[in-house]
Amino acid sequence: MSVLLDISHIDMEFPTPKGSFTALRDVNLQIKKGEFVSLIGHSGCGKSTVLNVVAGLYGATRGGVILNGKEVTEPGPERAVVFQNHSLLPWLSAYENVELAVKQVFGKIKTRAEMREWIEHNLQLVHMGHAMHRRPAEISGGMKQRVGIARALAMQPKVLLMDEPFGALDALTRAHMQDSLMEIQAELNNTVIMITHDVDEAVLLSDRIVMMTNGPAATIGETLDIYLERPRNRLELADDPHYNQYRARVLKFLHERHGGHKPKTAKVSMEKNIEFDNKSVEHAA
Amino acid sequence: MTSTTLTGSKPAAWKLSQFDGKLFGSAIKTVVVPFAGILVFLMLWSVAAQNIDTSLGKFPGPAAVWEQFDALYQEHSRSREKEAAFYERQRERNAKRVVDDPSYQPKIRDYTGKETFIDQVFTSLVTVMSGFLLAATIAIPLGIATGLSRTLNSAINPVVQVFKPVSPLAWLPLVTMVVSAVYTSTDPLVAKSFLNSMFTVTLCCLWPMVINTAVGVAGIDDDLVNVSKVLRLPPLKHVQKIVLPASVPMIFTGMRLSLGVAWMVLIAAEMLAQNPGLGKFVWDEFQNGSSDSLARIMAAVLVIGFIGFLLDRAMLQLQKLVSWDRDSVTH
Repeated sequence: MSVLLDISHIDMEFPTPKGSFTALRDVNLQIKKGEFVSLIGHSGCGKSTVLNVVAGLYGATRGGVILNGKEVTEPGPERAVVFQNHSLLPWLSAYENVELAVKQVFGKIKTRAEMREWIEHNLQLVHMGHAMHRRPAEISGGMKQRVGIARALAMQPKVLLMDEPFGALDALTRAHMQDSLMEIQAELNNTVIMITHDVDEAVLLSDRIVMMTNGPAATIGETLDIYLERPRNRLELADDPHYNQYRARVLKFLHERHGGHKPKTAKVSMEKNIEFDNKSVEHAA
Repeated sequence: MTSTTLTGSKPAAWKLSQFDGKLFGSAIKTVVVPFAGILVFLMLWSVAAQNIDTSLGKFPGPAAVWEQFDALYQEHSRSREKEAAFYERQRERNAKRVVDDPSYQPKIRDYTGKETFIDQVFTSLVTVMSGFLLAATIAIPLGIATGLSRTLNSAINPVVQVFKPVSPLAWLPLVTMVVSAVYTSTDPLVAKSFLNSMFTVTLCCLWPMVINTAVGVAGIDDDLVNVSKVLRLPPLKHVQKIVLPASVPMIFTGMRLSLGVAWMVLIAAEMLAQNPGLGKFVWDEFQNGSSDSLARIMAAVLVIGFIGFLLDRAMLQLQKLVSWDRDSVTH
């Protein structure tokens, strides 16, 4: 499969009163169609900045993002974002929140009835069919996040961007949401970039985990391909030696970074993915 | 709590009596205490009034004011009767003339009796609402634009800050002169004095609405703005779907503040502009200087206060009705 999204050597500098602050340096990542990639790293390492650059909400200082052969210059629905704190419009019901997105994206293509069906379909996909006419204030945090995901899915994005989508949820709800997301992913096979700081979540959901070094001037430290059979079951995986090795690998990386140790050029016994470093960047669609 | 055993029902019964106690307590707080407060106020007023001598006699106590309320109402009903009789006489006379001379075109002349207190209350309400609505139609779009654009905000902010504290009495002479110069119709739709008071109200109640709307718009959650960006909402739709609903609570807070200001300003403006409203009533009674005048002014004061309170409550109800964020609506 060819590369769908090319995050090509981006640097990100923010102007501050004390001069410019380099948040990202030379972040280079290529993502294939249908791939589920997690970005993991300590808080403040610039994971969200990468996502915002891909979303088009920030413009990279150097380098750029190419989606399907076109450079990303502004935000758009083909790169739908699931925000950490759901970001539903509180004055609209779940249905209306999804409707706003669907009308904007498909208003000229679909008929009224088709749009209605599509909205309901997406809400049912995230198991929100029973509460689609409730407002955000009337539903739980997990339900809000489900609606947020439904809204993003309803845009039929080329890449789905998720910014710590389950970070604000309690452990039980988070587990439920992860299972739901895996189900949806099995059905739709979306290309996803998810930011997380939860190691289990990353290993469970991803095809590839991208580990970021600490900022300032954060960059990709290691990438790790996850070769676990799908569908994945969290209970079975708990005793799976591969799963635990992957988990340990990520934990080790995070632990090494945390103390401010210089990253050793880790010789990883696992399937560490280095092919990307060698891969050339010229691959338009 | 379905247990029917003796031991099981005991705590339930105890809870019920505690609940009753709470209900009783809240009744005391909402009815008895405010009532007692009013009673104490009336007593203090009454005692103080007896000890103040003015050139127009003793300062009116509650009883004298109550009497004037009644007198004002009587005047109003008498005036209405006179008015009805006036039109009735006219109608009869016209009917007679038409019988005598079928080519006669009957003319109805307007009743020109003095405005009663109740008429003046309504004039004041119409004036304040006109001035307020005019201010809102200017202030809310301006506030939205200011909140959306930092440049515009920097440009407008100094002007707003300077004009905000200006007293209505300072504006009024200017407004009067401008209205006289510009509004020179031979058959005026509304009186100049009405326009003078209305524009003065507008000038004074513009600012709280501009400021609150701008603050509300500027304070919209970044995430909601990002949602709009991801959806690529065009500017007008962005305002309509995101900005306006998100800032409704703040817009209404501004409107409530403004309406309060408007009502305060109106009385002063009417006094000087001689617009037939409550302000003019107070001024006329003051100039009149009869032995009842102070009591009548005091009656007007109470009415002004009560209407101001009702306007505020009405705005609060409206705010509750349109606001998605119930928590932001405070008393």
